[in-house]
Amino acid sequence: MRLPLSWLLEYAAIDVAPDDAAGVADLSRRLTACGLEVESVEPVGHDISGVVVAEVLDVAELTGFSKPIRYCQVSIADGQQRHVICGARNFTAGDRVALALPGAVLPGGFEIGARKTYGRVSEGMICSARELAIGEDHAGIMVLPADAPLGADFVTYAGLRDVVFDINVTPDKGFALSVRGVARELAISYQVPFTDPADVGLPADVAATSPEVHPVSIEDTTACDRIVLREVRGIDPATPTPLAMKIRLARAGQRPVSLAVDVTNYLMLELGQPLHAFDRARLHGPIVVRRAQPGEKLETLDHVVRTLDPEDILITDESGPISLAGTMGGVATEVSDSSHDVVIEAAHFSARGIARMSRRHKLGSEASARFERGVDPQLPPRASARATTMLAALGGGTVVPGCSLAGEEIEPVRIAMAADYPDQVAGLVYGLETVQKRLREVGCAVAHMPGSAADRPDGAGAGNGAVAVGVEVAVPIPDAGPADRRTRPDHGRHDRPGLTLLVTAPSWRPDLTDPADLAEEVIRLEGYQDIPVRAVRAVGGRGLTRRQRLRRTLSRALAADGYVEVICSPFTSAGDFDRLQLPAGDQRRQAVRLANPLSDDEPLMRTTLLPGIFRTLARNLGRGFSDVSLYEFGMVFRPKSGAPPVAPILPVDRAPTEQEVARLGAALPDQPLHVAAVLTGNAEPAGYWGAGRPAGWQDAIEAARLVLRTSRLTFSVRADRHEPWHPGRCAAIVIGNEQGQEWLAGHAGELHPRVIAAFDLPARTSAMELDLSVITTAADAAGPVQPPALWSYPLAVQDVALVVPRAVPAADVERALAAGAAAAGDVRLESLSLFDVYTGGQVGEGFKSLAYTLRFRAPDRTLTAEEVRGARDAAVAEAARQTGAVQRGGSS
Amino acid sequence: MSAPNKAYDPVEAATLSAGELQRMQADALAAIAAAANLDELKTARLAHAGDRAPLTLANAEIGALPPAARADAGKRVGAARAAVRAALVQRQADLEAERDRRVLVDEAVDVTLPWDRPMSLDGARHPVTTVGERLADVFVSMGYEIAEGPEVEAEWYNFDALNFPPDHPAREMQDTIFVAGPEPGERSGKVLRTHTSPVQIRAMLTRPLPLYVVSPGKCYRSDALDATHSPVFHQIECLAVDEGLTMADLRGAINAFVEAMFGEGLQTRLRPDFFPFTEPSADVSMQCHVCRGASAKPGGEPCRVCRSQGWIELAGCGMVNPRVLVACGIDPDRYSGFAFGLGIERSVMVRHGVADIRDTLEGDVRFSRAFGMEA
Ligand SMILES: [Zn+2]
Repeated sequence: MRLPLSWLLEYAAIDVAPDDAAGVADLSRRLTACGLEVESVEPVGHDISGVVVAEVLDVAELTGFSKPIRYCQVSIADGQQRHVICGARNFTAGDRVALALPGAVLPGGFEIGARKTYGRVSEGMICSARELAIGEDHAGIMVLPADAPLGADFVTYAGLRDVVFDINVTPDKGFALSVRGVARELAISYQVPFTDPADVGLPADVAATSPEVHPVSIEDTTACDRIVLREVRGIDPATPTPLAMKIRLARAGQRPVSLAVDVTNYLMLELGQPLHAFDRARLHGPIVVRRAQPGEKLETLDHVVRTLDPEDILITDESGPISLAGTMGGVATEVSDSSHDVVIEAAHFSARGIARMSRRHKLGSEASARFERGVDPQLPPRASARATTMLAALGGGTVVPGCSLAGEEIEPVRIAMAADYPDQVAGLVYGLETVQKRLREVGCAVAHMPGSAADRPDGAGAGNGAVAVGVEVAVPIPDAGPADRRTRPDHGRHDRPGLTLLVTAPSWRPDLTDPADLAEEVIRLEGYQDIPVRAVRAVGGRGLTRRQRLRRTLSRALAADGYVEVICSPFTSAGDFDRLQLPAGDQRRQAVRLANPLSDDEPLMRTTLLPGIFRTLARNLGRGFSDVSLYEFGMVFRPKSGAPPVAPILPVDRAPTEQEVARLGAALPDQPLHVAAVLTGNAEPAGYWGAGRPAGWQDAIEAARLVLRTSRLTFSVRADRHEPWHPGRCAAIVIGNEQGQEWLAGHAGELHPRVIAAFDLPARTSAMELDLSVITTAADAAGPVQPPALWSYPLAVQDVALVVPRAVPAADVERALAAGAAAAGDVRLESLSLFDVYTGGQVGEGFKSLAYTLRFRAPDRTLTAEEVRGARDAAVAEAARQTGAVQRGGSS
Repeated sequence: MSAPNKAYDPVEAATLSAGELQRMQADALAAIAAAANLDELKTARLAHAGDRAPLTLANAEIGALPPAARADAGKRVGAARAAVRAALVQRQADLEAERDRRVLVDEAVDVTLPWDRPMSLDGARHPVTTVGERLADVFVSMGYEIAEGPEVEAEWYNFDALNFPPDHPAREMQDTIFVAGPEPGERSGKVLRTHTSPVQIRAMLTRPLPLYVVSPGKCYRSDALDATHSPVFHQIECLAVDEGLTMADLRGAINAFVEAMFGEGLQTRLRPDFFPFTEPSADVSMQCHVCRGASAKPGGEPCRVCRSQGWIELAGCGMVNPRVLVACGIDPDRYSGFAFGLGIERSVMVRHGVADIRDTLEGDVRFSRAFGMEA
């Protein structure tokens, strides 16, 4: 909301001049401090000099140029005549104009000099509104009123020196979308008198109706609870809008249109009430406010023909819709340069109705912005009266007395509030006087609830039991006054019955509905700087949950292992699923679709972290890095099959029931937390120490193992086939528990060559993705760590080499060895490690040799060589039984 | 103990003469001194202190002396042998030290040679994660617990329960990304959460009172990506609901938080703002942690971090709107609450002088690596 200082000062009696920088800064600070955030303070008109009021004495048309040019004789009061060249044609001899003399400076530091042009010397320039930064109108020069004093400094004459405040008005503060609202706030802040522009220049009986005025009725009072029409007849449509009004409109960001439209815009800015001017001659029969009927259409002022929705709120006449209520007028009844009789409409429309309509038609306007935020329902008769009076006075017409009116009386909102409620919210004692004063300043009527302070146990309120509404009673809470404020010693709820205030909110503050709103008024006007700081109280928290701690630990473990954490885009597309080679029925193709995605190319929410991290990998490769390993923690989104398609909107005047909460939950997708890692290039770079080691499937699987080990879970790694991994280089990571239950945690390995090509990644890029929700759930279920007994008898080491068919997974051999050793009495296989894998001539085609070191220990004795051999043989025998392993070359 | 019972032999006894013993000692000392290394010293030890060494043999002959001469000869032989032993010990120590010096010099390496063989040196966590954890930990240390919620959220949690009335322009403040409905144009009642505040509702509906929670998480808005806006970003928000909480408690929590995160003694400032779920609402600015406000004073050095404003806008806050308590089944006559939230990316940018939010989401490894494991 852009508002010039001069306009605000017209209604708030503040003594600050536009060139008083300190005063302006203070005013700006006060606006922000009361909740009207000033986004910019723009001094205007201060950079103009040397422009004076001049009279055009004679106009000579020059010919022979590419466009018509005028050579004008002009004079200012000194009798001295000058000649200027002018390209505009919208003036005649005798008109008064703004003349920039040689040496003048125009906005932007643009200096005017005498110069030769079109074969003549031009001693200055006749200015247009745009050249003076008071409007966009560049079609012609500015013709001034005939009484503009010759030779006067134009800046002074037109009051151009001003300051424009751009205020960011929050959605709750509809009242601040007007000079009226902002000036009132300023008057409160400065504690100076405020003149309400809604009270200025009204007829004696603002509600008097007259059959002379165009008739109006409301068909649907949920759409509009009040509408007022007034008429002006016989205006001269060619009357120019007064210069001062044009300047203000321009500075508020409004383009001047015509007198009638400018007057309605001016009053909308001043009062906050949107107004509409109809050409009476183009109305057909009585005006009716109603909802649209199926199939109705309306061409709005922006020349768009709109198909109307049955919920749309319309101004209609017998010809059909003539205006989208409170949003935009229709072209058919628009005032034009031939409109002599004008009907002014002012109404109070449903805020929600206008909001929906404006959203539906993607049509926001100054009017709809105000209606959505709440307009004073008492304004329509007043604003319309001011409009007709102003229009008649300026345009030479006659006001038709009275109005035509439909609707109902709108009851003000009454709020009962404990008198010390603002104190309880702020943690500070304001006292009754301050609370009442502040509420009255914003326009509330404050009364005391009868009997509310009567039963105070300390007797301080005794005798007030029969207090009538509106009568002041003894102050029931200590009022320390602004100079001596104290934090309440007790912040708790006040169980004692205290004084209750009955507060009637002013019509211009539809945002005041609750005690909390009233408390905020008191607190913000007194100033947030007064609120004390109370030291933090210790509360009994239990710290992070096990899952939360584990997540942090896993993140650190991956980073410590060389992976760099990234945060990737969560948006995806069916194209990504194709690039991942996901089969048609893959669950990951079932994705949450967005109604208004950021990009139409990515309308889905990710079901896997992989495409995002692949793209981030590619970006890093594109920036010149070749050895890159990345990881990401993030949610993926998996719609539940059979879930209700729509989440209900529950009531808010009570807590939802368990069933209602469950219904909301059922409609939401599953959102498990995943971790993914990807790596390419060298896992160990080459260097002076020797050759590097390229990153591969082992590293990706090891990253997955690291996550599972760090989570202290029992798990197995199994060969699997799962897109987007290489079918021969893909491992499934499976969590198991002692009861034999298993959960798939995810997959790891080298990516499928086609996936690598589709995402433009280097060959052999490897990746893993695990479901952390599964992992943390399993980890959560595990009890506390039970460390092993630390037996101290000597370790016995045995190496075995086993020959198995190549297809037998090493993990199976290892499992069998461990199982066999475990069955061999009270000898513990303390560790088992694979130290060699051999394929070649000595083991035969289709076989491989796996060499293991087995370390045995007993709890209570040194193992004999016989016992160790026995345990080893039991392990090997089990491996032979389970996997067909044959021990190679006997024992070591 | 008895001495060997030998008859006096004047020839053998000649070796025990004072002159002869002196010569033997001098020979021994000279040989020890001449040993250039430990091997030569070993040879010298055998020759002059070994079983066949002259002094050893001389010692054996003492028993052959007449009893009157034994004490005197014993004393002289003992002194000579002690001098040789001492010289051996000393020379041994000197030669060992010299050997050690030589070996350690020979084995010296260039310790500045790079050893970037294991990639693990380059791993790092994202600062949004680590700063987010730090932010959360400040609250956890005050006794708050971390609460989390889904990113695809029901509209009721994201808006209605937070006192965003249907069709109110307040909803338009947050450019919302909606989940598509069953048919085009139909609503789904689901959104990508626009803030972490719906977690407040979930916490109030499920946790016992009093309630102190902090909720970090990812949020979404259909903002255009530029240097300060990202459609995907992270917020962290604290919520306290208890008996008798006031704005003074809110300010206390804010100050404790700002001091823990940005530095001791930094002042904070509240200014009125509007959030539907708090009333009153305020935005929080803190004194610039770099210039501490000096840049805004006349003649102050310009400050890049606060653009010489002296203050940095940090967070939004307010007292929980009683309507929100009602929607969560909490008695607003008994309980009050406050909430306080800020952007994690914004915190990273402010705290670490990052000028462009895009650096936090491009995934360039250089960015995370600059932060390492902790921020
Ligand atoms: Zn600074």
